[in-house]
Amino acid sequence: MTQTTAESTARRQRAQIKERTLRTDQWWRYPLVTFIIFMAFLIYATWAIFDKSFFVSPYHAPFASPCLAQATCPEEARLFGFAPFGDWYTLPPGLLILGLPAGFRFTCYYYRKAYYRGFWLSPPACAVGEPHRRYTGESRFPLILQNIHRYFFYAAIVIGLILAIDAVKALIGKPDGLGTWILIINAVFINLYTLSCHSCRHITAGRLNHFSRHPVRYRAWGFVSKLNAKHQELALISMFTVMGADLYVRLVAKGIINFPFA
Amino acid sequence: MSYKAKFRVWRGEGGEGRLEDFTVEVNDGEVVLDIIHRLQATQAPDLAVRWNCKAGKCGSCSMEINGKPRLGCMTRMSTFAEDETITVTPMRAFPVIKDLVTDVSFNYQKAREIPSFTPPSDVKPGEYRMQQIDVERSQEFRKCIECFMCNNVCHVIRDHEENKPAFAGPRFLMRIAELDMHPYDVADRKDAAQEEHGLGYCNITKCCTEVCPEHIKITDNALIPMKERVVDRRYDPLVWLGNKIFRRSDAKR
Repeated sequence: MTQTTAESTARRQRAQIKERTLRTDQWWRYPLVTFIIFMAFLIYATWAIFDKSFFVSPYHAPFASPCLAQATCPEEARLFGFAPFGDWYTLPPGLLILGLPAGFRFTCYYYRKAYYRGFWLSPPACAVGEPHRRYTGESRFPLILQNIHRYFFYAAIVIGLILAIDAVKALIGKPDGLGTWILIINAVFINLYTLSCHSCRHITAGRLNHFSRHPVRYRAWGFVSKLNAKHQELALISMFTVMGADLYVRLVAKGIINFPFA
Repeated sequence: MSYKAKFRVWRGEGGEGRLEDFTVEVNDGEVVLDIIHRLQATQAPDLAVRWNCKAGKCGSCSMEINGKPRLGCMTRMSTFAEDETITVTPMRAFPVIKDLVTDVSFNYQKAREIPSFTPPSDVKPGEYRMQQIDVERSQEFRKCIECFMCNNVCHVIRDHEENKPAFAGPRFLMRIAELDMHPYDVADRKDAAQEEHGLGYCNITKCCTEVCPEHIKITDNALIPMKERVVDRRYDPLVWLGNKIFRRSDAKR
């Protein structure tokens, strides 16, 4: 019998298995469900941007908050009266700010995993062959731009704070309103999602090599790490809460939901 | 209780080969590696399989069972239905020597390309003083048994052989992270991780974490933190400015 050695041609070849995968489980479920959920979110967000019923006192729809345009934002909807975009700006106010939370989610490490699998099929599932002939990942343009996630994280902190302020304003204006509590729940989950971000974990103390020299930051890192372990769940829950809260406020603003404690 | 299970096992030398069908006895409490050994003992004496500890600690019996990278010794037969046909193939990302045995020397080559632990020149052996909280992050990565299933499942090289020279794979990017997080390591590993070992190829789809038999959170605790460290170094002007103003260096933190 001939012996194969490290130099022999035979040892340079993988098993010539023709099937793309030999997995027998329902590996296609995760990418399919991801695709459906994300597409639903994108369709809703597109509709919400152009829908004008984003404010009914004291509720402010999260997709249009903060409202920065003078022409389209009622006085009460402005954040501390701040509306730097003058009468010349007549497009939907959501267009001005949605790029920030959208960018935060688009470059988020969880969402990247989900849409690389669900939309780009790279790979569709573990040990399932991807359809692309070449692959360079995030090593070059355009996907190298995913590294700006940290800047979107800074912006997301501000947006999270604004949503919390909106919830407090609703609580002051209508403490027994169902919408108030929907906005509060949304603000809590949006902020938990933001805090559980991998960039937040890194900035808190992950970038340090000597935890023992920074005990306060180390404790904060421990807290963020616990949240970070639930990042995927928080990303999905907050996506549903923000969509639900936004839709609820718009339905109240349109008069479709009009019971007394709405 | 015993029953007859249907197995399809990859047989062949080099890359050439085919799936061969077997019907083989299975007893209570057995794992897939036991069945492969029974095949060797009763039907296919020349069936090649690499194994050693049978306890999930040596990392030798990595194979693909029903298409998923698994350790043969840690995959219980009770997880399959009795009428299920179980397909066993070698790891796909590496060249086959014979049957289920692959040539994993790609991994040894990548291991050699990473500079070893580099302590500061003014600290002598015996003078290292570290607190547990400073090293426990890296200790998670030391649980690795080098089964190389993470590198095998990673689509960067599994589906793209041409990426092998540029990409170290999750196993060795984790090694870089381990050293970079070490309080006494002063080598510059961030630029090397990105430029020489292909960290940018990783698109964090977490298959390495899914298959790790030691349940190491490779993506969340090693690859993403390493990506963030690279962002510090190369893409974040605020960090650069802070380092300039406060005259910080990585080694001092």
